[in-house]
Amino acid sequence: MIEIEHVTKRYGDVAVVDDVSMVIEPRTVTVIVGTSGSGKTTLLRMINRLVEPTSGTIRLDGVDNRTVPGPQLRRSIGYAIQGHGLFPHRTVAQNIATVPSLLGWDAGRIRARVDELLSLFQLDPAAFGARYPHELSGGQQQRVGVARALAAEPNVLLMDEPFGALDPIIRTKAQEDLLAIQRRFGTTIILVTHDMEEAVHLGDRIAVMDAGRLIQYAIPAEILARPANDFVETLVGASDRPFKLLSLGAVRDAVEPGEAEGAAIGDEATQRDALAELLWSGRAAMPVTDDEGRALGRVTVNGLVKRAARPA
Amino acid sequence: MAIRFDKLGVVIAAIAAYGAVVAPFATFRANRIVAGEPRSILEALPQWSGAALLAILGAAALVALLKTPLALRLAASVVVLTSLALLIGVAGAHLTPEGNSFARVSAASGFWLLIFAFTLLLADGLTRLQLSPVGRVAVLAVAAAAVWLLLASGAWNDLSLLKEYTNRADSFWNEASRHVTLALGSLVGAVAVGLPLGILCHRVDWLRDGVLNVLNIVQTIPSIALFGILIAPLGWVAANVPGAAAIGIRGIGVAPAFVALFLYSLLPVVANTVVGLAGVPRAANEAARGMGMTDWQRLRGVEFPLAFPVILTGIRIVLVQNIGLATIAALIGGGGFGVFVFQGVGQTAMDLVLLGAVPTVALAFAAAIILDAVIEMAAKGRPVAEAA
Ligand SMILES: Nc1ncnc2c1ncn2[C@@H]1O[C@H](COP(=O)(O)OP(=O)(O)OP(=O)(O)O)[C@@H](O)[C@H]1O
Ligand SMILES: [Mg+2]
Repeated sequence: MIEIEHVTKRYGDVAVVDDVSMVIEPRTVTVIVGTSGSGKTTLLRMINRLVEPTSGTIRLDGVDNRTVPGPQLRRSIGYAIQGHGLFPHRTVAQNIATVPSLLGWDAGRIRARVDELLSLFQLDPAAFGARYPHELSGGQQQRVGVARALAAEPNVLLMDEPFGALDPIIRTKAQEDLLAIQRRFGTTIILVTHDMEEAVHLGDRIAVMDAGRLIQYAIPAEILARPANDFVETLVGASDRPFKLLSLGAVRDAVEPGEAEGAAIGDEATQRDALAELLWSGRAAMPVTDDEGRALGRVTVNGLVKRAARPA
Repeated sequence: MAIRFDKLGVVIAAIAAYGAVVAPFATFRANRIVAGEPRSILEALPQWSGAALLAILGAAALVALLKTPLALRLAASVVVLTSLALLIGVAGAHLTPEGNSFARVSAASGFWLLIFAFTLLLADGLTRLQLSPVGRVAVLAVAAAAVWLLLASGAWNDLSLLKEYTNRADSFWNEASRHVTLALGSLVGAVAVGLPLGILCHRVDWLRDGVLNVLNIVQTIPSIALFGILIAPLGWVAANVPGAAAIGIRGIGVAPAFVALFLYSLLPVVANTVVGLAGVPRAANEAARGMGMTDWQRLRGVEFPLAFPVILTGIRIVLVQNIGLATIAALIGGGGFGVFVFQGVGQTAMDLVLLGAVPTVALAFAAAIILDAVIEMAAKGRPVAEAA
């Protein structure tokens, strides 16, 4: 659990983070969104004390982070810096091995971990391990940056716009990989993004920041349904709010009894995908099957449209 | 087939033509200080070899002048340089009357111009070859070995330069080691002080401008003036600090020479350390801190390796500069190759001047090539310019 209490950071007279309080539950993904310069990076960096707060306290599992020496604290917290920040003079494998080496892991264990992470991010260890960062594409560099943050199996992972340079296909893949890793290791992830879509997709909770202040901190459905003010409403994007809401739910939660014609949809797809498919194929209903192909019922345009309405 | 000219080749051929036909190849003097008489290639060399040299030079100049294959250009320059090196020795033996130990024969302007022209051709060819750093050092080693072989074989023994050397063989090697000690020792001292000072300047803002300004001012003091400034404090140290005089600290001699070279070396080392560290990408530094490196680990593991090629460039500047500047040490009794230069100037014995100057230039040249190679190898795989 990460408890942030009345944290303020001033540079001169300007409070770039202004009296922020929030509690982050263990093993969840919290996404911080906000416009450029709203203080997202600064808030993130106060957690691992790359930036010292002007006032307020941050506790990790009940321990005030000021009681742990900075370097030691930071070795226990994964950090994927905005814009990857790979060491240009070290190979990909050496970059990923940074924290394990600092922690004194033996060479065999480090090598195994590096290979495991590279494979996890679809980078062939034999081909990429010995390359230098400038020999990678921007997207590959970014994935190596995330792999480096994960190297020492940290309980807490701070990620500053980790998927910014990825094309939509690789980005979706990387997001799925991240969620899979998060579920497998129970990592607590705090991720900064500009992309509301990504926030809704990844976040168990979303924190919206504006001009240093925490405007709203809630589950995605709540943010979509009841934005705290106009700023949040604009950020959410009023025009496609209903579709974002639908993207939060799985088809299996919208199944109705009955039958329908045509191609079926899997029950793990999002309700948004189901509605899109129905509208595109000009049908009013379509069958739903589970992952073994058994019929579960159907989803209808009417049923989905009701679900897309603002919750009461 | 259209004939096409090589741009540099035109210059080389022109210099070579002047050096071979107009300028004298060797100078003959009845003794070491009287005015010399010029001798052309045909006068300086026994019958057929003079004509042969002219033929070789003509052919090689043609190779340089036209657009020819790289291998041919390299071969031509090596053949010419080897012939010149061998034949100047022959000229020495040929021009010196039998049994006359006063007469002096030395290389004259034509010889040096020819050496210059075809070294240019060789250097141009080697550049186009784009040799690896190791390759360049290997070429340097081969050239050094060839010169060594010529010296050891006695082929040049009748040249005035070598006669000057023979008369001073002992002191030559003493001064050589003194020269190298001065140049290298002050460099080591400058690195030992300048590197930490540079790191400190990088970390402490208010220190940077002050230190760099002071070092800049030191750099502009003429060496003679600096020696003068140093006499008083070093003399005081020698007189008042116990043991100082015993290890050779005096107002004149090696101590002020060493201190002056050391002071001149500080600016390039400190400035390049500061510039190198400032050029480390901010993201790499922040990532290093974010990963939990301590300040020391970050300096050693990230900042220093990334700044290293720039720091090495500073060290290269200092080494080449010091090898040249160490010549001045002789003015205040500090020794080194300068001893021969200033003695030669005093006696108007040009060959004695060369005995000091030629090894100095050769040393500086070799140091530059070796350090350039080291810098290139250190920078490999780490493009510092790239914003990470
Ligand atoms: N070291 C510093 N000194 C002074 N001002 C700073 C410093 N670091 C950040 N700021 C200011 O604090 C504000 C918040 O910066 P921060 O990096 O947290 O923004 P951000 O929300 O991460 O923006 P972005 O989305 O562009 O990354 C900005 O206005 C920035 O100029
Ligand atoms: Mg930021």
